[in-house]
Amino acid sequence: MPHSSLLKKLTLVVIGMFAFAFALVPLYDVFCDVTGLNGKPSLEVATESNKVLTSRTVDVSFTTHSQRNAPFEVNSRQYSVNVSPGEMVEVKFSAKNLSSEARVMQAVPSVSPGKAAKYLHKMACFCFDQQPFSANQEVEFTLVFYVDTELPEEIEELTLSYTVFDISEATASNTVAAKQQAG
Amino acid sequence: MSTVAQSEQNHHDHHAAKGFKRWLYTTNHKDIGSLYLIFSLTMFLIGGAMAMVIRAELFQPGLQLVDPHFFNQMTTVHGLIMVFGAVMPAFTGLANWMVPMMIGAPDMALPRMNNWSFWILPFAFAILLMSLFMEGGGPAFGWTFYAPLSTTYSNDNTALFVFAVHIMGISSIMGAINVIVTIVNLRAPGMTWMKLPLFVWTWLITAFLLIAVMPVLAGAVTMVLTDKYFGTSFFDAAGGGDPVMFQHIFWFFGHPEVYIMILPAFGIISTIIPTFSRKKLFGYASMVYATSSIALLSFIVWAHHMFTTGMPLAGELFFMYATMLISVPTGVKVFNWVATMWRGSISFEVPMLFSIAFIVLFTLGGFSGLMLAITPADFQYHDTYFVVAHFHYVLVTGAIFSIMAGAYYWLPKWTGHMYNERLAKLHFWLSLVSVNVLFFPMHFVGLAGMPRRIPDYALQFADFNALISIGGFAFGLSQLLFVAVVYKCAKGGAAVPDKVWDGAEGLEWEVPSPAPYHTFSTPPEVK
Ligand SMILES: [Cu+2]
Repeated sequence: MPHSSLLKKLTLVVIGMFAFAFALVPLYDVFCDVTGLNGKPSLEVATESNKVLTSRTVDVSFTTHSQRNAPFEVNSRQYSVNVSPGEMVEVKFSAKNLSSEARVMQAVPSVSPGKAAKYLHKMACFCFDQQPFSANQEVEFTLVFYVDTELPEEIEELTLSYTVFDISEATASNTVAAKQQAG
Repeated sequence: MSTVAQSEQNHHDHHAAKGFKRWLYTTNHKDIGSLYLIFSLTMFLIGGAMAMVIRAELFQPGLQLVDPHFFNQMTTVHGLIMVFGAVMPAFTGLANWMVPMMIGAPDMALPRMNNWSFWILPFAFAILLMSLFMEGGGPAFGWTFYAPLSTTYSNDNTALFVFAVHIMGISSIMGAINVIVTIVNLRAPGMTWMKLPLFVWTWLITAFLLIAVMPVLAGAVTMVLTDKYFGTSFFDAAGGGDPVMFQHIFWFFGHPEVYIMILPAFGIISTIIPTFSRKKLFGYASMVYATSSIALLSFIVWAHHMFTTGMPLAGELFFMYATMLISVPTGVKVFNWVATMWRGSISFEVPMLFSIAFIVLFTLGGFSGLMLAITPADFQYHDTYFVVAHFHYVLVTGAIFSIMAGAYYWLPKWTGHMYNERLAKLHFWLSLVSVNVLFFPMHFVGLAGMPRRIPDYALQFADFNALISIGGFAFGLSQLLFVAVVYKCAKGGAAVPDKVWDGAEGLEWEVPSPAPYHTFSTPPEVK
């Protein structure tokens, strides 16, 4: 084989592997979506549930914490709820901007145990969008969700955790919501 | 070009310019090999000096010599320099020198690219080292530059780190491409694949690993760069990214990288052991297949570095078993080396001493690796000095010892002189004892829970750490002996025959000693 054609092939491999590093980003998300690993819940609006499984119940608890001194206090009104799979539930969250400036908040959800993530469907969530706050503003958010009837038997309780970020500095184009819409 | 250089050119057959320009413009594989090796030795000493700072600080509990931020810079840059500046260029240097001579080629296939791949390297390390002296200091997030440490919490000099890694990556990719093209296209007539010397085989496989994963590293640093400076959110959860994804991408590069640093070592040891056992290598074909399977397996085990990130059970089990599987081909290699020595007429020249030490101590490092592969145990060992002990056994008494073995083995061929045997043996024995005083107790402090990368530690670790530091200083100073041996050997010494070692085999021993500037201008016939 002449040097040049071998060189061309090897260069293509190099370029391909560089692209592969970036392809790992969506691939990783796809992998987590498909398998529901990593507690990465879907950020798409779920459709309504059509059946309720009354034979069993699941405890769903809520927890929130602020990341990197984000000046927000977010708390669920209930510590936990006891629901049947398929049953639609509304949970209120109170949120407050602790700073005396206008701020934008982004909440990022996570589900534990990780394999329960794909069975938790959110129909309305403040985590779907960035939430602008005026100075010291207090807001009430409503979360509407249900647990899939297919939830494996051995999972009797799960936790929905929100990490709250201050994204006032970031541009609107690189937020969760914008990314989700784009692709 | 000056007239002096012109006339010089006519005197010696066709050497190019003299002095610095000769080295700057050279496209000769032996010149470039020497440049790589000298560069690597320099980096080894600089990285070693940083290790001395680390060990001096850890000599006693409490903070005494350096502040924690500088300590972090030392651990980070020590790692980067040893991996990318010392071990990898040393192997590339050996490949440059030996691969063409071993396969009967006149030079590397792409000599001008060869020149480039070396000469961008000093700039990469100049940039990296310069950042240490700038306001805010150099990289301090560990050589693994985990996000968000390298994105959110790093200083503005991070861009310099990123560019330095880019250049190192480009250099080693070019070096790897050159090795592949040389081996595929320039083998002497009759040199079939299964007649290739094992050093050539292991380097060919290493080169494929390099072109497969160095671009992934380039991708990872690029993402860190854009996350930090251009507002992307690859690793930022607030923007929809994921910091754990950094670790996946990094270790997808990182695990094959550890084999990049050990496969050529396997090649060197497989060359030296038969020479001084005066027997053929046991299981040549199985060595080739074992090397290939280690390389292939290296792509599916990366998450064993991430057992504590909250991976699901299925993932933990998969990566645990896959990792343990690698010990099978590695065990085949160790078995073959020992079987080669079995009933051989062994003599203990310095290259052989380093090779035997390699087999014993690398295997020890392999065993601690096996312990780390056990997921539930890893939760205890993770980020402790046990890990530090493990990878220093495989990299110092593994990779570095093999490089030393190779250097002593081929030094007489390169220079035409035998090295000073007494000094060399002193270097070996001092290194052997001190390296174990340095790294062996780290297993114990690690098991007892001493965390890595911290400039201070709990009082109960004080005695062991003092001992470790003494071992460290002794090992560091012993390496100056190596510098002295190499220098003396380059300057003079007893003349050696073409075939320096009576048990040696291979084309490189058919050319005169010292190896002339041009070898195999007409390809030899391999039977
Ligand atoms: Cu690994």
